Amino acid sequence: MGMIHEIDFGTPASTSATMVSLTIDGQKVTAPFGTSVMRAAAEMGTSIPKLCATDRVEAFGSCRLCLIEVEGMRGTPASCTTLVAEGMVVRTETDRLRKLRRGVMELYISDHPLDCLTCAANGDCELQDQAGAVGLRDVRYEPGANHVAKSGNPLFQAKDQSNPYFDYDPAKCIVCSRCVRACEEVQGTFALTIEGRGFDSRVSPGQHESFLGSECVSCGACVSACPTATLIEKSVVEKGTPEHSVVTTCAYCGVGCSFKAEMRGEDLVRMEPWKDGKANHGHSCVKGRFAWGYANHRDRILQPMVREKITDPWREVSWDEALSTVATKFRAIQAAHGKDSIGGITSSRCTNEETYLVQKLVRAGFGNNNVDTCARVCHSPTGYGLKTAFGTSAGTQDFDSVEHSDVVLVIGANPTDGHPVFASRLKKRLREGAKLIVIDPRRIDLVRSPHVAASHHLALKPGTNVAVLDAMAHVIVTEGLVDERFVTERCDRDAFEHWASFIAEERNSPEAVERVCGVPAAEIRAAARLYATGGNGAIYYGLGVTEHSQGSTTVMAIANLAMATGNLGRPGVGVNPLRGQNNVQGSCDMGSFPHELPGYRHISDDATRAIFEKLWGRPLDNEPGLRIPNMFDAALDGSFLGLYVQGEDIVQSDPDTHHVTSGLSAMECVVVHDLFLNETANYAHVFLPGSTFLEKDGTFTNAERRINRVRKVMSPKNGGGDAHGYADWEVTQNLANAMGLGWHYAHPSEIMDEIALTTPSFAGVSYEVLERLGSVQWPCNEKAPEGTPVMHIGGFSRGLGQFMITEYVPTDERTGARFPLLLTTGRILSQYNVGAQTRRTANVVWHAEDLLEIHPHDAENRGLKDGDFVRVASRAGETTLRATITDRVAPGVVYTTFHHPLTQANVITTDYSDWATNCPEYKVTAVQVSPSNGPSAWQEDYLEHTHESRRILGRLDAAE
Amino acid sequence: MQDQAGRVAAIVERFRGVEGAALPILHAVQEALGYVPAESVPMIAAALNRSRAEIHGIVTFYHDFRDKPAGRHLVRVCRAEACKSMGSDQVAQGFEQALGIRLGETSPDGAVTLEPVYCLGLCATAPNAMVDGKLSGRLDGTKAAHLAAGLQP
Repeated sequence: MGMIHEIDFGTPASTSATMVSLTIDGQKVTAPFGTSVMRAAAEMGTSIPKLCATDRVEAFGSCRLCLIEVEGMRGTPASCTTLVAEGMVVRTETDRLRKLRRGVMELYISDHPLDCLTCAANGDCELQDQAGAVGLRDVRYEPGANHVAKSGNPLFQAKDQSNPYFDYDPAKCIVCSRCVRACEEVQGTFALTIEGRGFDSRVSPGQHESFLGSECVSCGACVSACPTATLIEKSVVEKGTPEHSVVTTCAYCGVGCSFKAEMRGEDLVRMEPWKDGKANHGHSCVKGRFAWGYANHRDRILQPMVREKITDPWREVSWDEALSTVATKFRAIQAAHGKDSIGGITSSRCTNEETYLVQKLVRAGFGNNNVDTCARVCHSPTGYGLKTAFGTSAGTQDFDSVEHSDVVLVIGANPTDGHPVFASRLKKRLREGAKLIVIDPRRIDLVRSPHVAASHHLALKPGTNVAVLDAMAHVIVTEGLVDERFVTERCDRDAFEHWASFIAEERNSPEAVERVCGVPAAEIRAAARLYATGGNGAIYYGLGVTEHSQGSTTVMAIANLAMATGNLGRPGVGVNPLRGQNNVQGSCDMGSFPHELPGYRHISDDATRAIFEKLWGRPLDNEPGLRIPNMFDAALDGSFLGLYVQGEDIVQSDPDTHHVTSGLSAMECVVVHDLFLNETANYAHVFLPGSTFLEKDGTFTNAERRINRVRKVMSPKNGGGDAHGYADWEVTQNLANAMGLGWHYAHPSEIMDEIALTTPSFAGVSYEVLERLGSVQWPCNEKAPEGTPVMHIGGFSRGLGQFMITEYVPTDERTGARFPLLLTTGRILSQYNVGAQTRRTANVVWHAEDLLEIHPHDAENRGLKDGDFVRVASRAGETTLRATITDRVAPGVVYTTFHHPLTQANVITTDYSDWATNCPEYKVTAVQVSPSNGPSAWQEDYLEHTHESRRILGRLDAAE
Repeated sequence: MQDQAGRVAAIVERFRGVEGAALPILHAVQEALGYVPAESVPMIAAALNRSRAEIHGIVTFYHDFRDKPAGRHLVRVCRAEACKSMGSDQVAQGFEQALGIRLGETSPDGAVTLEPVYCLGLCATAPNAMVDGKLSGRLDGTKAAHLAAGLQP
């Protein structure tokens, strides 16, 4: 194994097509126009000494170490800021250069502590490397003014250890500005600066604040960029430098960043973003880079457990006993209540291979199609809407596409919090001059943050997405902004004409919908004109689009806008769902829905079914199975009594918690397969301990359809008495075998081979291909052996693009005298989904509890002060949490996150859902907010039940 | 501070829409308040859509921007090369002894701030100093003491 060493070329690559020839140290080389001499030299294998240069950021030219000689040029220019020129003759090493570099290095070292042997960066320090490279042998300067001596030194600054994940030691800083530039250019937060000047120069977060107290979002870009131990991970300080590394994929959001897991033995030392990762290009966020401590958290359950009733304490058992218990109970339920009385839920956190096995277990083993997935409650409308319009249930672009966008429309998404690494790339493009339109009830950070400002923020009332998008389309159609050529060549013309006459009706005009959506008509008109005429227009959207009663309609309205303006089928444009979870795209691709086999092929399609029936050797039911909410309905009817839930906490994440818990309570055998005793496990009879993404091989598919490898870096810890632990795919396989299915996959690559064999869009995918290409975007088959970064080039998957009528229908969830406010929900940077992972890390310093955002007017009417406990009540239920008063939300709108189980925001959300896919209407709930003294009765009951149901026999400290 | 915030807000408003307004705003704030209060930095940052760190970087880069008010009188002694070679040490000492404070300090009664400056652009008459905006050349220790004595408390 060993460490993966990435070459730092010193300056970013040039994208120019014009090549320039020059001579470096007697060798003829060619490099693209705009390349630095430093990079051209690095590409031929010559590393010129450097400190302030790194290919993560633009050249800066401050350290004076990378000097070169160029024939015909005076002096010794810096190679990082000197660009290659035709016929240039460069020498990188001469006596004169050696002397100059040593002199510079001597000055650096004169103000640097010489504690290398006890320094955390020992062996991983560029200052150390470069001192060696320039041959520094002596420091002639007497001790004088310095930043190193601790006592009696006004220039000395103590370490800043405020950030939970990294330390800042100003004494070791060489003021190369790499951290400041990384924060600006890579992350785009601008939290750091160099304060002072000359010898007084120091790195300052904010206004000479601590890192934690500044605007820093803890993405780690500065730490990665730092050439010394000035900014260094606490885990490296604690454990030492890593000795080997393995490339794997983050298990948080749908961006799917590639990381090097840097290890000592089986101990993870740090996660370092991988420069060759095609989704993140070496960038990361606080979750993926730092928040992996949950993998070893003491709350993790490592032993299988069973119990008769959900009020009993858990009893730890062997794997054999747990699996045979499940097999026996499931078969008994089926014998008594028919084969349709059990089902399974696949996980968007688990790998493609694991998801594939769970749906296979349900279809081939249970003999029904009662399989669903958490995408039901997030992006099922995306699947439905995009399949209808374009023929494929996925985003159209790769993330690199944003580099070519001129106008970006963000609707119902909050990328800086939900998809931070993509947000950094988007912000970079916006700083380069692209225009931004934000459609969101809340003033998200993108609307205005340093160096980024939306041209238009359409702060609509929750639930009026379709009205606003129709009004934009109205402007485009009635003002003659339609891309007629695109529509004629690429779309169904009759459907377009039908749609255009509908959309042109006066009731869809901005002036007509202004009253409904609360957005001034002039703003809608201006935004529509900008999107239609501003060059490459790209739409990015999130759950603020899908989690509505008209979620599917909104997705189709988005598709209509893109088709009408010809913004499809090339880089820089497109329709891009930002997917919430690491493998939600994959779980949908793998046939997790009750009506679809892998590859989005309907279960009623005989030819498709035949492929699987032949391979699996069993007949498959041709009727769609139950969706998640219907499973609970059926449970309450007494016809659905057994459920296998892999890696999903439906009690916390699904709407109308009362309905979910009463459904689960009515079942006879609920099997939870997870890392922790989550909220759903409170209602479970069998608990199967899961494995983390660090403990398994497999693949995740991100929001750009990119299939990334997940690689095992440590053994699964869930052995529970057996000689070794089990990856989740092995657990599912063992369960299938306990039910008599006779599976014998030896490695996830064999499961991928089966997926490729049965699913045309994955036909070309194999672990060998992934190893060779790094990653691949489906469709990957004969037509596209290296995958498909941008879809629908030259034609849509379905043939002609389909315009759909998108009539705005207000939701049944309305405000009135009893519930006058609209609640909408979202997420925050430091936490992820229901928080099961991130709450078990130091990320809680940024977000210890869920807060209710309320506008000052609404707060004043209710006599609320910042930090007060408030009761939030809806028709469905009530909960309490603390209020924070802010004008980020409009009057009449309140907002909260759903990361903490005690808040139980979904106790309040209703059971209204998308007309097409049952995706719940999380984003609109009519509520009343009033002062409160503390937790609601429901919260108290729930806490008690949680405590009761987490008891484990023989253990005093029942895990949370 | 309420009044200060109002005055900073008015200054920021005056420069709305002006390109590269950070330095003009900082000069105007220092002119109006005698210094650039730390509390004004977030206001300026928000108005210019920059981060606090960026404005802090600008403020601290220029020695002319001060983070607290100066004394009622401001004495600046040139400590750059030409003046140093012509005896600026004696000039500085003359001021220090006469005022009872060191370079970089303000007298306890707030009457005088004495500070170094790096070139007043008047090297021909080195060594120089600037007292309340007025330049004096060809100084020595005695002349410095004399200038200091002329300052009203």
